[in-house]
Amino acid sequence: MEFQSCVKIINEWDIVAARQLGRNVAKELGFGTVDQARITTAISELARNIYLYAGQGSVSIEKLNINGKSGLKIIADDQGPGIEDIRRVMEDGYTTSGGLGAGLPGAKRLMDDFDIESIPGEGTKIIATKWLR
Amino acid sequence: MNQLVYDFIKQNQDYILTEWMGIMKESTDERLIKVVSDRMFTQTSSEFIDMIITNVDSKNKEFTLKLSDFAEKVVQLGWPLTFVNEGLHKFTLIVINGMVEKGLVTPDNQVNLVNHLDKWATPINNEIVNIYTQTWERTVSMQKIALQELSAPLIPVLEGITVMPLVGTIDTERAKQIMENLLTGVVKHRSEVVLIDITGVPVVDTMVAHHIIQAAEAVRLVGAKCILCGIRPEIAQTIVNLGINLNEVITKNTLKKGIEVALELTSRKIVKVEG
Repeated sequence: MEFQSCVKIINEWDIVAARQLGRNVAKELGFGTVDQARITTAISELARNIYLYAGQGSVSIEKLNINGKSGLKIIADDQGPGIEDIRRVMEDGYTTSGGLGAGLPGAKRLMDDFDIESIPGEGTKIIATKWLR
Repeated sequence: MNQLVYDFIKQNQDYILTEWMGIMKESTDERLIKVVSDRMFTQTSSEFIDMIITNVDSKNKEFTLKLSDFAEKVVQLGWPLTFVNEGLHKFTLIVINGMVEKGLVTPDNQVNLVNHLDKWATPINNEIVNIYTQTWERTVSMQKIALQELSAPLIPVLEGITVMPLVGTIDTERAKQIMENLLTGVVKHRSEVVLIDITGVPVVDTMVAHHIIQAAEAVRLVGAKCILCGIRPEIAQTIVNLGINLNEVITKNTLKKGIEVALELTSRKIVKVEG
C-alpha cells in the first residue's frame, strides 16, 4: 500500500467528491479515458449504495503496485444493515429501491476484481480493483 | 474590563503587536504566508490587533461594525478561520505572559484575571465564527441558485423540435427538475421530438440512466419522441458494462445527427438553396 485517501459519504454530494477523487487517482496512474470512466462509474455505484442503503460510510481509494503491476483499489465500507443474500443482489435486475438493479453486478463488470463481505446488521465492505494494462 | 488588563493592553500596544506578528508568522503554515504579501500581512495584523483593542474600549456597536468589516476583508484575503481564531488565542496568551513578566499577576488576582480575559475573548471568538459562517452560507446559497439557473433548460430549435442540453452532475434534485421541465416544455412548445444531449454529463451510472429512461418514457406518454444524443465512446462502454438496456430510446452520438433524425421523424429535411 502506497497511497490511500478516503471520502466520507454522508450526503449526495459526497458521491461526487468520491468519484472526483477516483478519477484524479486513475488519471495519475495513467488509466485511459475508458477505464477512467469505468472506475468513476463503479465508485459512483458503490458510493450511491452507501448513501441509499446504509445512510453513511466511506469510500477509500488506494494505489496498488504489486510485482510491477499497478492498479487502483476501491474500498467501500459502511456500518449499515448489511446484505442478507449476496447472491441475489449480484443478479441483474434485482432491486429493493425501484432502481434498475444494475448497480452491484454492473460495478463488478466494470472492475477486474470484486469482493463483497457483508454481515447482516453489522455492515458491508466491498473491495474492487482495476489493474493497469 | 478589568482596569489592570485594560491599562496593560493600552500601554503595551506596540509590544503586543510585534510579539503577536512574530508568533503568528512562526506558527502558521507556509501556504498562508505565500498567499499574503508581507506588507498586507503587517497591515492586516495591526488592523486585527487594533480591532481587538477597540473592543477593550468596549463601545459595543462600533466594535461589531469594525469586526464585521474586518471579517469580510479577511475572508476576501482568504485567511483561514483557524488562523484568525489562533490569532485571538495567541493575543490573550501574550497579554497574560506580558503581565506575568511585569509582575502584575499575583496569586490573589490570577484566577480573576484569566476569567476576565476569557469572558472578553469568547464573544469576539463567537462573533468571528458567526461572520465567517454567514459569509459561507451566503456563498453556498448563491451558488445553489446559480446552479439551479443552469439546471435544465429546454430550447425550441425548430418547429416541433426541442433540445435539452444537460451539463454537469445529475443528482436526485436535478433529475426531478429535468423531468418537470421536459414534460411542461414538451406540452408548451408542442414538441414532436425532444433531444436530450448528455455531452456534458461526466458520469452516467445506473441512477442517471434510470432517470433518462423514465424521462423518455414520460415523454412518450405525452405523445412525443425522445432522442438521446451526445453519448461519448467511453460512456457507451460503461453503459454496456453496467448492462443497462437503452433499447427503448433512440440514441445518437452527436446532437447534429440527432437533429437530422428529428427532422426525418417530422418528415422534413434541410436543403441547400441554389444560386
